[in-house]
Amino acid sequence: MGDIIKTKAAVISQEQLTDGIYSMYLMAPSIARKAAAGQFISLYSGDRSRLLPRPISICQTDAEGGRVRIVYRIAGAGTDEFSRRVPGDEIDVMGPLGNGYEARIEREGRRITDDTVSIITGGGIGIPPMLQLASQLKGRKIIVLGYKDQLFLNKEFEKYGQVYISTEDGSAGTKGNILDAIREHDISGDYIFSCGPTPMLRAVKAFAAEKGMTAYLSLEERMACGIGACLGCVCTTKEKDSHSNVKNARVCKDGPVFNASEVEI
Amino acid sequence: MTDMSVRIAGVDFKNPVMTASGTFGSGAEYGQFVDLNRLGGVVTKGVANVPWPGNPVPRVAETASGMLNAIGLQNPGMDLFISRDLKYLEDYDTNVIVNVCGHSEEEYLKVVERLGDEKRVDMLEINISCPNVKEGGIAFGTDPAAVEKITKAVKAKARQPVIMKLSPNVTDIAEMAKAAQEGGADCISLINTITGMKIDVERMRFVLANKTGGLSGPAIKPVAVRMVYQAAQAVSIPVIGMGGICCAQDALEFILAGASAVSIGTANFHDPLTTVKVIEGIEDYMKRHGIEKISQLVGAVR
Repeated sequence: MGDIIKTKAAVISQEQLTDGIYSMYLMAPSIARKAAAGQFISLYSGDRSRLLPRPISICQTDAEGGRVRIVYRIAGAGTDEFSRRVPGDEIDVMGPLGNGYEARIEREGRRITDDTVSIITGGGIGIPPMLQLASQLKGRKIIVLGYKDQLFLNKEFEKYGQVYISTEDGSAGTKGNILDAIREHDISGDYIFSCGPTPMLRAVKAFAAEKGMTAYLSLEERMACGIGACLGCVCTTKEKDSHSNVKNARVCKDGPVFNASEVEI
Repeated sequence: MTDMSVRIAGVDFKNPVMTASGTFGSGAEYGQFVDLNRLGGVVTKGVANVPWPGNPVPRVAETASGMLNAIGLQNPGMDLFISRDLKYLEDYDTNVIVNVCGHSEEEYLKVVERLGDEKRVDMLEINISCPNVKEGGIAFGTDPAAVEKITKAVKAKARQPVIMKLSPNVTDIAEMAKAAQEGGADCISLINTITGMKIDVERMRFVLANKTGGLSGPAIKPVAVRMVYQAAQAVSIPVIGMGGICCAQDALEFILAGASAVSIGTANFHDPLTTVKVIEGIEDYMKRHGIEKISQLVGAVR
């Protein structure tokens, strides 16, 4: 607590990566200093008819330069508005929000060492947060990225580990989803990290259980406040959650990263 | 000197601005942005006698100048609420109003009786207007005889002043306000959310898992102002107004329509500092208009 701030962030750059996918750098030093892989920021529309913040995962941070990068998809009027912001414009942002991957691992008393093998998987707009994770995680990293058809960010992952790709239409890499790519290349590791659509996360959870691996999943849910007050974005947990006192955890505050074994998805 | 203090049912408020139930938790999350000591009161999220799991997700959806929610009154139950949430609020100099929910009269009364011993609780707000739970909630709030009956039952057990929170999903709000007054309510608050629906046309399905949800935000403000005016005209007990307040001008509309105090809800999601900005804005307005006491403004437009 006390680490979350709401501030005006200047747009440094805005670039379209592929159809409907944009990369934006924001100047937000206090967020850049603190943000960990898997955390997100809330972006506020300048149009007061769009009241709710848009939660967008952090793709990269540059603590020294004070920059936060987000790579996001235009999903509606709010994100369309953000894509039209140009360098020099300001956007109200709040963050860093939620718990990242490493905070979750530490809380469970686990350690990632130089000998650890991690499979880092992302699907669609779940790919961007995995870039920061890939850049920060110790040990050997195997990266599996799933796309519908058009690729983005894949080149930027190459410096952090071997990259495998799946596309639904088979235009690049394995035809199918990331699990098809994992099976085709017989990929294995100690941990699997994943962010993407729920059916993909469900498949990753089942795969990890089958192989006896520990899986960490970043969940997505419609949010309102983004800080754990409104209880809009809950996920079902296996055990009773200590905050809610029922089997619901808040995706925004208790997550968005969860150990796959603790959530029912 | 501007005097923003108000007295409602014997309880003194430093100013007439508080939070709206369900949007602010019990203050812990927003406390990192807002100094809770500045607020007239914190109205907690609804609490029941036992933990409630609430509705399936998706629970929230944005709409034009508003949002729909169908949280379904998820809450940790009164025991954890008292030991954790009320304890947190002990450190702050603001009034604590606990919103109480239940599926039956018996469940409401269990919470009311339990809270009777809690010194930190300044007032109770009885939620008879939640549109998102099947039993209880709104079922108590849309029939005048039921409103009067539950109010009487609560008043017989309550040791703190009682606010009855009314639903806008009725034909005649004045009738409901009078029923609460007849039942012995010390105060009424309105409006709760207006039942709405949103459909995802691409996926051809309801956006909310609950199908319907409660509409809040600036979109409902004119409806809320009208209902607060009608309710205030119908009763002699104080009225707390809410529904889409985003700024001091919005809050002043409610006060001029007859509200002794106001609550800020959905606007907190857009700007966590809304409550404090509203307080400062009302103070500026009073200075500008040479108003010494805020009570001079209550119901000033007739």
